[in-house]
Amino acid sequence: MAIVAFSVGRFPISVGDFLSVLWAGVTGGQHGLDPTVETVIYQIRGPRVAAALLIGAALAGAGAAYQNMFRNPLVSPDILGVSAGAAMGAVLGIFLSLNVIAIQSLAFAFGLVAVGLVYVTANAVRGHDPLLVLVLAGVVIGSLLGACVALMKYLADPYNQLPAITFWLLGSLASSAPQDVWSTLPLIFVGLVPLWLLRWRVNLLSLDDEEARALGVETGKVRITVIVAATLMTAAAVSISGIIGWIGLVIPHFARMLVGPDFSRLLPTSILLGAAFLLGVDTLARTVARIEIPLGVLTAFVGTPLFLWQLATARRGWQ
Amino acid sequence: MRRRTFLAAAAAATCLPSLGRSQTRRVVTDAMGRRVELPERVERIYVAGPPASILVFAVAPDKLIGWSSAWREAERPFIAKKYADLPALGRLTGRGNTANVEVVLRAKPDVIIDYGTVSPTIASLAERVQQQTGIPYLLLDGDFDKMADAATRIGTIAGVERHAQEWARYIRETLAFVSQRVATVPPERRPRVYYGRGPLGLTTGRAGSINVESIEQLGAINVAAVMGRGGLVQVSVEQVLLWNPDVVITIDPNFYAMARVHPLWRALPAVEAGRIYLAPNVPFGWIDFPPSINRLIGLRWLARVLYPQVFPEDLRPVVREFYTRCYHQAPTEAQLDELLRHTP
Repeated sequence: MAIVAFSVGRFPISVGDFLSVLWAGVTGGQHGLDPTVETVIYQIRGPRVAAALLIGAALAGAGAAYQNMFRNPLVSPDILGVSAGAAMGAVLGIFLSLNVIAIQSLAFAFGLVAVGLVYVTANAVRGHDPLLVLVLAGVVIGSLLGACVALMKYLADPYNQLPAITFWLLGSLASSAPQDVWSTLPLIFVGLVPLWLLRWRVNLLSLDDEEARALGVETGKVRITVIVAATLMTAAAVSISGIIGWIGLVIPHFARMLVGPDFSRLLPTSILLGAAFLLGVDTLARTVARIEIPLGVLTAFVGTPLFLWQLATARRGWQ
Repeated sequence: MRRRTFLAAAAAATCLPSLGRSQTRRVVTDAMGRRVELPERVERIYVAGPPASILVFAVAPDKLIGWSSAWREAERPFIAKKYADLPALGRLTGRGNTANVEVVLRAKPDVIIDYGTVSPTIASLAERVQQQTGIPYLLLDGDFDKMADAATRIGTIAGVERHAQEWARYIRETLAFVSQRVATVPPERRPRVYYGRGPLGLTTGRAGSINVESIEQLGAINVAAVMGRGGLVQVSVEQVLLWNPDVVITIDPNFYAMARVHPLWRALPAVEAGRIYLAPNVPFGWIDFPPSINRLIGLRWLARVLYPQVFPEDLRPVVREFYTRCYHQAPTEAQLDELLRHTP
């Protein structure tokens, strides 16, 4: 699939050309093709394909972890405000006319800060169901950040800044550069490892706190680890791609229909499906028209019919 | 980039036939102080946005490889057909990318040019695209004062220096002509102007905004300047009533039609007295939209609108000359009538 993704695009490169450039890269030889072909593969399409795979995997993995932890199929990675925070950071960066790296760093930092704020707020409230308080705090702080974004959109210069903000909020991988991939890869990896190591305990999180404790799991510690890991992954992903909804919410359901609710199988399946889905959608986004189509729009257009079809034909229970 | 230079050097040293498209390169400094390496001969220019497309089209039309956006029907007839038929390749600026980087590469440009307000965001985006594609990416400042300089630079880049110098002279003469006449107007006779954009006419430019530069250039007072420096902002009708401008200028026909009958806008003495003027907007807006060298003819028009006694000349020949020079096709009498329909 990745080879196909490499071979389609507005600049014509055949599968054979792609493989010979790759071969030349491995052996250090010459491929005898136009140097532009090499530029397209290494500088433009390569980073973009890698970013699509990474971000799809991160969002779907984080979504699966959250859905298990919150025992709620309607939860997506942005439930604790990470996307709203990242949006706020990026919009602030665009509003202040900062450079691209500063905008991405602000998005990442604000995503983390937003979730931190939600967690601290939820912890300060005692005597209620801790998960419910966490979700409520996430929703409330998320909507506050949403209001801040709306305010900055209103104040932004409609000729220079507003389109940039709108495009960022719709999500796109159009400007993925190699450095974006190198900066997010370790962060997403750091988030994935604890999720994988804790896969059995995450299963137990879906039980009641009492039951889980009876089985010897400290739910509080596992929960915060999951939150930190999922937040890190999501914040890293959205800071370079902008907001891409849908994947973190729906891909885990696909995975559950395929392999059932066991997290140790659900996590890798979600990651693979998420990566494949975003790669497929992004390939469409850059090929169907001469101009770019925003990813946030296309994921919903492509994903909704797929999901409904899967829902209608699914045999396995996934709850 | 380094590899290509190395190959070129190796080829030159061993007298082999050339591998790259160009061996000798030159360095140009752009408006953000970025030093950009260019091939000696530039044949194909990709324009990053609408302002750059007009500038490059005016000065070096045969080097333009495509427009930033598709034509609307009303705009097309003003442009010589062989240029109007160039493809729409999308825009590549920090203001909402619609271009696909691969489309840009496929078009094989020698250089990418952006023209307009420059900022660190735009500079770093340019730097990224340049790194990714290996195509030099230049930023030019869109202010009136830099307009002649921008034309000269296009000339240097595209190798059409003589034609560019003619343009630069024309720009300087127009600016000097206007400012000399305006200098004779005493400060108390300078009108207070509101510039309304958008279908509701409630978007305006603050002090120093490239969108209202024509008003400032003519020594008139932009009422929105009290909101500080910056770009475009949204205001309310009440705010406009409070400012009570002497003249209202717009480029939006919908707003123009609405304001002249709407009771709220008619409450404004300027509108009631008929001092609301619609700037022509084909093929490009005369005040801004996009803010490029098309504003030069807008400056002459605005001068006549704001100071009818000081600028009594008929605009018709001026418009004819500018359109022929800028769009490479003389406008017909019917087109001139249409353009100047709302001009006093």
